[in-house]
Amino acid sequence: MTSINRRRFMQQCGLVGTGALITARYAFAGLERTDSRFVCIILRGALDGLAAVPPHGDPDYARLRRELAILPPGQDDGALPLDGTFGLHPALKFMHESYLAKEMLVLHAVASPYRERSHFDGQDVLENGTTLAHSTQSGWLNRALVALPKSIVHGREAGVALGQNIPLVMRGPAAVASWSPSALPNLSDDTLQRIADRYSTDPLLSRRLADALATDAIAVEAAGDGDMGAMATVRNGGYTETVRTAAGFLKRDDGPAVAVFDTTGWDTHANEGGGQGQLAGRLGALDSAMRVLKEQLGARWQRTAVLVITEFGRTVATNGTRGTDHGTGAAAFLAGGAVAGGRVHADWPGLAADSLYQGRDLRPTTDLRAVIKGVLADHLGVADKALESTVFPESAAAKPLRGLIRG
Amino acid sequence: MTTKTAAAIAANRFGLGARPGELSRMESPGAWLKQQLQAGPPLLTSPELKSTAEVMAGAAKLAENVRDLGPNGKEDLKERSVDMTEPAAAAQARQQLIANKLPAYYRPIYAADSAARIRSAISTSRPFVERLVYFWSNHFAVSVDKIAVLALAGCMEREAIRPNVLGKFSDLLLSVEKHAAMQLFLDNPQSIGPNSPLAQLASRRQPAATQRRQLGLNENLAREILELHTLGVDGGYTQTDVTSFAKVITGWSLEGLPNQLGGQLARNGTPGAPGAFVFRAALHEPGPQTVVGRRYAQEGVQQGEAVLRDLAAAPQTAKHIATKLARHFIADDPPTAAVSRLTDAYLKSGGDLPTVYAALIDAPEAWASDAAKFKTPHDYVVSIFRGLELPLPAQSQQAVNSLTMLGQQQFRPGSPAGWPDRSADWDGPAAVMKRIEMANSLAQRVGNNRDAAALAPQLLGETLTEATRTAIARAESGVQGLTLLLTAPEFMRR
Repeated sequence: MTSINRRRFMQQCGLVGTGALITARYAFAGLERTDSRFVCIILRGALDGLAAVPPHGDPDYARLRRELAILPPGQDDGALPLDGTFGLHPALKFMHESYLAKEMLVLHAVASPYRERSHFDGQDVLENGTTLAHSTQSGWLNRALVALPKSIVHGREAGVALGQNIPLVMRGPAAVASWSPSALPNLSDDTLQRIADRYSTDPLLSRRLADALATDAIAVEAAGDGDMGAMATVRNGGYTETVRTAAGFLKRDDGPAVAVFDTTGWDTHANEGGGQGQLAGRLGALDSAMRVLKEQLGARWQRTAVLVITEFGRTVATNGTRGTDHGTGAAAFLAGGAVAGGRVHADWPGLAADSLYQGRDLRPTTDLRAVIKGVLADHLGVADKALESTVFPESAAAKPLRGLIRG
Repeated sequence: MTTKTAAAIAANRFGLGARPGELSRMESPGAWLKQQLQAGPPLLTSPELKSTAEVMAGAAKLAENVRDLGPNGKEDLKERSVDMTEPAAAAQARQQLIANKLPAYYRPIYAADSAARIRSAISTSRPFVERLVYFWSNHFAVSVDKIAVLALAGCMEREAIRPNVLGKFSDLLLSVEKHAAMQLFLDNPQSIGPNSPLAQLASRRQPAATQRRQLGLNENLAREILELHTLGVDGGYTQTDVTSFAKVITGWSLEGLPNQLGGQLARNGTPGAPGAFVFRAALHEPGPQTVVGRRYAQEGVQQGEAVLRDLAAAPQTAKHIATKLARHFIADDPPTAAVSRLTDAYLKSGGDLPTVYAALIDAPEAWASDAAKFKTPHDYVVSIFRGLELPLPAQSQQAVNSLTMLGQQQFRPGSPAGWPDRSADWDGPAAVMKRIEMANSLAQRVGNNRDAAALAPQLLGETLTEATRTAIARAESGVQGLTLLLTAPEFMRR
């Protein structure tokens, strides 16, 4: 319960006058601001898009998927209905509610430019925003932060990464804030005060300590006064706390506009399960996290877009171990009050043998960069010029996909 | 500068942090450092550590059990209701079973290496040389988020880096690039010359097969050698050089890889140990290649070895390495004069690394009284364990966990570029707070059994500030005093 004490510590700081360091960061009176917020969630390991968004209307789906096929809507553990062709995995209840409320858009048969099947390189390309793995040490989201219009940048850091390390997508020239839950035992207020005193003659360390305390204060607010247990409880695959904290940052008027975090465990080579089972559990955790995010954001949800992406899809046919192997075409989600949802965006190539990519994978028909460019342009106001030159170099063929965000 | 100040700099800036008593015994800090270069290579051996051959043999045995439908494999396949009369499905199912079983086999090997490595860092009496081992391990980074190298990253440091850290750079380079961990990390065994015997055979026999399983170049290793290991990203090479160099090193492969393309074709003589470097002529692109302005007409493995030797001797490589060493030991933006002297030392000695290290020790910039470098999480944790003399091996797991908590899990930089080496990469607000919490947690572990006021000058010597001395003197408990020592700016920096 570190955070409770930290907040108390901050109040004491305020009483003794060193709190100025902390509040200075959030004084931005008089700035014109827009209130768009963007969250990017990376699912590492390759989400099975054909289970998350089963194309139960495709004539080849049930045959190829065998025991892993998600049943059509209306049956036990059947899909939640989207349209005549697609459904949602039954674990994605909140996502389905959002779809019905026209706040969630499914993107199917999408892919980054990467066409091999290594997680390592696939994630690198997904995040670095170029066409090649390891071609740069920065990520498209960080480079987009550099190109954000001034009106949307409220704090010193326009973005925040939730987690121990900043993911590649958020690394680069723009300064970003970071926060991760701590498993370490508590410091006494008195020790913290003495360290702060010792750092008073060290400009860098005193600023860092003040920033850390300010960030923690937001995290504590996010948990809410009456629900401090949530700060220490790891639930729902471990990211409810992360999501609450992300919301805490994003709902501040003077907070960052962009948050990113990642989750692992999507590499379902064996015993993937169907309507229930391993993947269903993962999807359920993701769905709960999305629900918590909406609840915590409150009114800010209306100006929020959440993009959920993965490095590539998985094989159409099940493998010999009741799972699926690395594939190509994937599914992605865009959710939030700012999203023009209630539809499935898919130029569906079909699952017939001659339609598959290299005879085994869902053929990608939408460039994921076009989706991201559309969101960055229409939601965050990133200029086309920056999108083409710095954010996604060599992406001229992937024109920004318009109409993803409410006008 | 007094000898006492220099002693603190030698132990902290060049080393891994002072142990109690070490500073007062150091009569000549420069000589103390240079002596460390004199003894033999800093090998790390321990009964629980496995060699590449042992790791790969174990993996092969695991695969064999599955392939032979041994007791476990058979059950697994039966349970998964695989139609074993269908060869493709059966083969795929077996492959998957193997892939699923490997991580559990690799993990304890990785854990043993992690623990041994940090024990070595904490207990070494040649801390400067250990720093150099970690420097090179990071220069030639592999990352265990790629499962194939989970059990081999430690092997590479022990087998390729430690024996060569006090030798010539060219030997270090060749030995690393041929090591199983590097070969697998950067995918080279799958890289096939477009006109190699294997590619030609495949296209004659089965035109469709080349499409189904793409036979072709993989530029990964060639690119990283040029960009990260030798010339540096601004070293004046082009995409054409990368492609040509990738062709040069086609056929560089390993013994005992499962399903190795061309494995049968290539076999001449008796096989070496599993995981040992092997040249597979069947995969090699024939003919001369031009790399960075030089033509290489050698046959076979000699072609790639010649390119690597020339890259090692290139002035761009000398400058790249001199800059990185100076950044590591002196300052984020190292003084150009110091970089020039290190570059000269490298070029004049033909890439003799101890000569370069000696030039670093002799650089006055390295002894500046301002501490310009913020310790990495690894060096911060190690310096605490050295300073507090926490008992090993009992506490080595705690040290390993501490690194993970501070965001620098061993052998896991996440990218072939390795861990970043500037203060700004490590001194973020969350990172500083985590260090404070970590210091407090380790201080609590020691309890009130250490006298922080007496310990402080033993760890920091003349670099201990009056402000820290006063803060420790006024601490309300031994634990608090230790926390204040371990979080002091002069302990965070070096």
